[in-house]
Amino acid sequence: MVEQEGFRRYVAHVILWIGIAIVAFPVYIAIVASTQDNALIANGQMSLLPGGHFFEVYYQTIFIGTSGSTREPVGNMMLNSMIMALMIAVGKIAISIISAYAIVYFRFPFRMPIFWIIFITLMLPVEVRIYPTYKIVADLHMLDSYAGLALPLIASATATLLFRQFFMTVPDELLEASRIDGAGPLRFFWDTLLPLSRTNMAALFVILFILGWNQYLWPLLITTRDDMQTIQIGIRKMITTTDALTEWPVVMATAVLAMLPPVFVVVAMQKLFVRGLVETEK
Amino acid sequence: MANVTLRNVRKTYPGGFEAIKGVNVDVGDGQFCVLVGPSGCGKSTLLRMVAGLETITGGEIDIGGKIVNQVEPADRDIAMVFQNYALYPHMSVYNNMAYGLRNRGMAEAEITTRVEEAARVLELAPMLERKPRQLSGGQRQRVAMGRAIVRQPKVFLFDEPLSNLDAKLRIAMRVEIRKLQRRLNVTSIYVTHDQLEAMTLADILVVMNGGQVEQIGNPLDIYQRPATTFVASFIGAPPMNLMPLRSDELKSQIAGVDGAGIVGIRPEDFAISNETVAGGVALGLTIEAIEHVGAETFVYGTRQREEQGVAANPGDLPPGEVIVRVPGISRPVIGERIRAVAPRDKLHLFTADGRTRLGQ
Repeated sequence: MVEQEGFRRYVAHVILWIGIAIVAFPVYIAIVASTQDNALIANGQMSLLPGGHFFEVYYQTIFIGTSGSTREPVGNMMLNSMIMALMIAVGKIAISIISAYAIVYFRFPFRMPIFWIIFITLMLPVEVRIYPTYKIVADLHMLDSYAGLALPLIASATATLLFRQFFMTVPDELLEASRIDGAGPLRFFWDTLLPLSRTNMAALFVILFILGWNQYLWPLLITTRDDMQTIQIGIRKMITTTDALTEWPVVMATAVLAMLPPVFVVVAMQKLFVRGLVETEK
Repeated sequence: MANVTLRNVRKTYPGGFEAIKGVNVDVGDGQFCVLVGPSGCGKSTLLRMVAGLETITGGEIDIGGKIVNQVEPADRDIAMVFQNYALYPHMSVYNNMAYGLRNRGMAEAEITTRVEEAARVLELAPMLERKPRQLSGGQRQRVAMGRAIVRQPKVFLFDEPLSNLDAKLRIAMRVEIRKLQRRLNVTSIYVTHDQLEAMTLADILVVMNGGQVEQIGNPLDIYQRPATTFVASFIGAPPMNLMPLRSDELKSQIAGVDGAGIVGIRPEDFAISNETVAGGVALGLTIEAIEHVGAETFVYGTRQREEQGVAANPGDLPPGEVIVRVPGISRPVIGERIRAVAPRDKLHLFTADGRTRLGQ
């Protein structure tokens, strides 16, 4: 970009800072609110500066939960969410890389129809097929279980297509060289294709982990027991209280906590993520 | 150590397209066989059939006395060098060479010995720990060669291995491949579209066109006695001049042949002269373009109707382009008129369809 001289650059920076402020302010409010006394917030006298209740609010949130009827420690909810998100992300990657391998490298009967069936499921998100899926999960006695939370969400057309596109860019000569070097299909997959897909897998992991972490509708349907709640459901339940004050510091602390794992994943895997999206290492 | 014999090998694709139309080639033990032809002639397909990467739909391929039609590539005891090298991008140079040996369950000590020996021969020793992307084109080419060498196979297969290199490196590697092959004395089959590469490397040259073999033989024999007009124009640069002959002209060259024909004359067989050559060809040319190569100069001339003659008969050939080689010290000028003559024993005569060579 051409360097702009003094004044115009100044204006550009001001506009950018305004943008950042607009995005960051709600997050700031959440953090501030999570350190204050509930009575103060309820009176509408919330200060814009951090209060002094940081440790007690977070201790209560993580280990005890709200004082209302659905008291469930947020620590447990986070564990549930974490297990579900990891199962979804890892499961999706594993399933889709294997099915993409089959579709790209093997000639079997009904290969193209199968590919198109996978492709068509792109148009059927969870919301559309929620009743049959629920019925199946219920009949398999997987309600209120991690398997029930994660399994129905694991099949992924998007990830399969992404791996398929990547595999098609891998030169055929690599496969042929492997064949001459005495590597069978499994060895080629394990020794050559998987290492080459590393950055793609990392990029997908980031996207899929956040997708899994933010699931709301499915866990809402499938879990009834409080100890199987995910954090996204937990927040919602904390806000709608029937006859007590909403404990806003706890709600805000939960929101902040719910934000941390995705942020951590993005920051930790940012380098690989960007490389997976832009670079083709061949 | 093995002969490679192709017996009436055919390849028909499911759509009915016949890529290889019955090829017979016999490569002796330790010989260097080059398949050459224009793109799409089936030479790469044929090589891949020998490697086992394409199925054989007819005929037999025999490596070292064993028919390998149904044998997996890994079990054919061959090693292949690909055009784009096909190095494993995520493996170090060492592992690229060692991979095939490990898959065969060879002891690690033996692998190290072989890889280090190959690295020494190919001057790759300082870069064994590098990844392919950190190497130059020539170095990658060497790694691909090394991967083939460490296997100590019966047959080396090369699929246009030099076409991704720049001109200077290509010549250097060409010489190196030849030296290496001589030293290791391994039967080799090499595919190229570059006729110069083919001429310089081959013990046996196989000229292919349209899925068929046009001519097999020693490169110099093929150069001196091309069997068809295709071979005549494909082997040699610049190509042989081909001109139609009337039936009476052809008859004056070879008694007892009926019909029209084609005469071929290599650019270097012309002399600029005013003499009449008994039984030879004399052409009056107007110079249209000149290529100075240094030691020699190629003159592109247009034939003039009135001054030409075959067998000392002034003929009525249609005007066409003729390439003549003259020594580098002579200075032709564009637009100049010259007379090029070729003696009778330098004429290549073919039937009018170009498929059969006539005479000696």
